[in-house]
Amino acid sequence: MPIEREILLQMYQSMVTIRQFEERIADLYARGLVPGLAHLYTGQEAVAVGICSALRDDDYITSTHRGHGHVIAKGSKLNEMMAELFGKKSGYCKGKGGSMHIADMDIGILGANGIAGGGLPIATGAGWSAKWRKTDQVSVCFFGDNSSNNGTFHESLNLAAQFKLPVIYVCENNLYGISNPHENQTPIRDLSVRAMAYDMPGQTVDGNSVLEVFEAAQKAAKRARAQEGPSLIECKTYRWRGHHEGDPNQGERYRSREEIAQWRKKDPVERFAKYLIKEKEATKAELAELDDAVTARINESVEFARSSEFPLLEELYHDIYVNEG
Amino acid sequence: MRQITYCKALNEALDQCMAADDAVVLLGEDIGQFGGVFQVTAGLMNKYGKERVVDVPIAEAGFVGAGVGAALTGMRPVVEIMFMDFTTVCMDMIVNQMAKMHYMFGGRGKVPMVLRTNIGAGRGTAAQHSQSLQSWFMQVPGLYVAAPATPYDAKGLLIEAIRNDNPVMFVEHKKLYITKGDVPEEDYTVPFGKAAIRHEGSDITIVATLAMVQRALDAAKLAAEKGISVEVIDPRTLVPLDKETILNSVKKTGKVIVSDEGHKTCGAAAEISAIIAEEAVEYLKAPVVRVCSPDTPVPFSPPLEQAFIPDVKDLMPAIERLAQY
Ligand SMILES: Cc1ncc(C[n+]2csc(CCOP(=O)(O)OP(=O)(O)O)c2C)c(N)n1
Repeated sequence: MPIEREILLQMYQSMVTIRQFEERIADLYARGLVPGLAHLYTGQEAVAVGICSALRDDDYITSTHRGHGHVIAKGSKLNEMMAELFGKKSGYCKGKGGSMHIADMDIGILGANGIAGGGLPIATGAGWSAKWRKTDQVSVCFFGDNSSNNGTFHESLNLAAQFKLPVIYVCENNLYGISNPHENQTPIRDLSVRAMAYDMPGQTVDGNSVLEVFEAAQKAAKRARAQEGPSLIECKTYRWRGHHEGDPNQGERYRSREEIAQWRKKDPVERFAKYLIKEKEATKAELAELDDAVTARINESVEFARSSEFPLLEELYHDIYVNEG
Repeated sequence: MRQITYCKALNEALDQCMAADDAVVLLGEDIGQFGGVFQVTAGLMNKYGKERVVDVPIAEAGFVGAGVGAALTGMRPVVEIMFMDFTTVCMDMIVNQMAKMHYMFGGRGKVPMVLRTNIGAGRGTAAQHSQSLQSWFMQVPGLYVAAPATPYDAKGLLIEAIRNDNPVMFVEHKKLYITKGDVPEEDYTVPFGKAAIRHEGSDITIVATLAMVQRALDAAKLAAEKGISVEVIDPRTLVPLDKETILNSVKKTGKVIVSDEGHKTCGAAAEISAIIAEEAVEYLKAPVVRVCSPDTPVPFSPPLEQAFIPDVKDLMPAIERLAQY
């Protein structure tokens, strides 16, 4: 079935927003305005956008340490995100969480996570809750290739399959876990084969093709909403930048410059732009206009973050417990 | 004597132990080519090969447990947990297995294993990468807990830990890795259970651990300008704890501050304070004061994080208060 033009353009805009957001963070980080760790998503945009485009606002996602792309694709607000990354009170977590902990319950973002594999059981639980509450919500779990070696992966998939939970497990195989290449983490090449052990559908897709990811996500979401159980989707992709900002030469200590260049040629954003133009869904000028609109929104978010206040010191003690007053 | 960093001192300890004994092997995430996220294992894979310096997948319960099994059968594994926060995902292996076997088996079998990890806030990495959980492990009989505060002790305690036949939690501090100090080139050990008197004084004793040692020394200098003489004691190992050196100092000064970067409640400082109350209360001229992290998660926002970290700003009021008794 052809995808409506409006949806295609929304996908494009979402991908461009992630790309520009991350490029801006790299710059702000280098200038010392963003403290702590920033693990950028550049190069993986098609995964987050392809998956989240198949979701509703009331569906859930759990995200990872590399979470900016997931939460932008799910619809988080750029001002609040940027302010959080600056550690400001107006940020999503009032400055308490930073880059690795963005959450927005209103649109089903159950948190980025600093623990590799930490999101897997949580997404499983959100799926369980949807089943108990008899909604047809779907729960999506993003995790990296190396995080899938954590025990939580196996425990979660087994639970979800046994109880037919509406969960979509999305493995982003960007070929590295920090410096550890995929072939040194596990003897299997396609992580989707692990689905077989839990009697659920497993599929490996081109993670640089937003449409291929979208199609797989739609199928999995349909299955989940029909109470038929979980699915595993492995998206093969690549992170352009180092593990985090500050990783020297974008990770050249453990991967070659040629390899990085090869993958940059497979740019998922550019590829999708070319597709839209070729299919006459948009003109070059229209896409350029969209790009500019995104830039304006990012500029605005930086301005918002810069001009926001840091939290007051007494706020250190707020939110440890839910206020029962 | 030559001065090297705490990080280099640890690296040298590993190097010398590996050279001396083939049974010493290293397991951890990104410890090979990458050299560990703090570079403690830099160069060791090139020197000793991939068989003895093993980059493992993200599977802490798996590889810590594998360390236990290897130790039980003749190896001397040194396992790295990238941040102490991640011990939470392998607590069974540490608490129920590594620590308990020798006792449960009635003295049959031993687990000569070292679990290296680090604590400490101050890098803007928020609540899941900054915790100081050393006191948890003090509560587990069967584990030794080493806590070096200087490069000299880092090397000597690590060699002692590796050669010791018991499981050792080896707690480093991320802010100390770049600090420099005198370290002999030769192989030497620092015995467990022997505190160091870092600075002699007669009015107030500060018992300080890890990064708090330098902060206490800085405070002692400021106090001296006000005519207050502060003694600084560094236990160096929390288990076994050198009660004698601590109590002797308390008997001399009659006033004591216990300072540890863990949380105040049920922390290392709480335990040391209780020992003083039990065994030297008649010598006390003032209440025991704890200067620790507040009972909040570690916040991300820089001003909040600075407020969170116990430092000279928290030690000075405590010193001044005690001086008035
Ligand atoms: C339990 C746990 N162990 C180790 C880490 C440290 N760590 C953070 S990210 C990472 C690599 C993750 O690799 P992958 O899951 O493939 O995701 P990617 O970074 O490639 O997106 C590691 C080892 C962690 N955060 N949590």
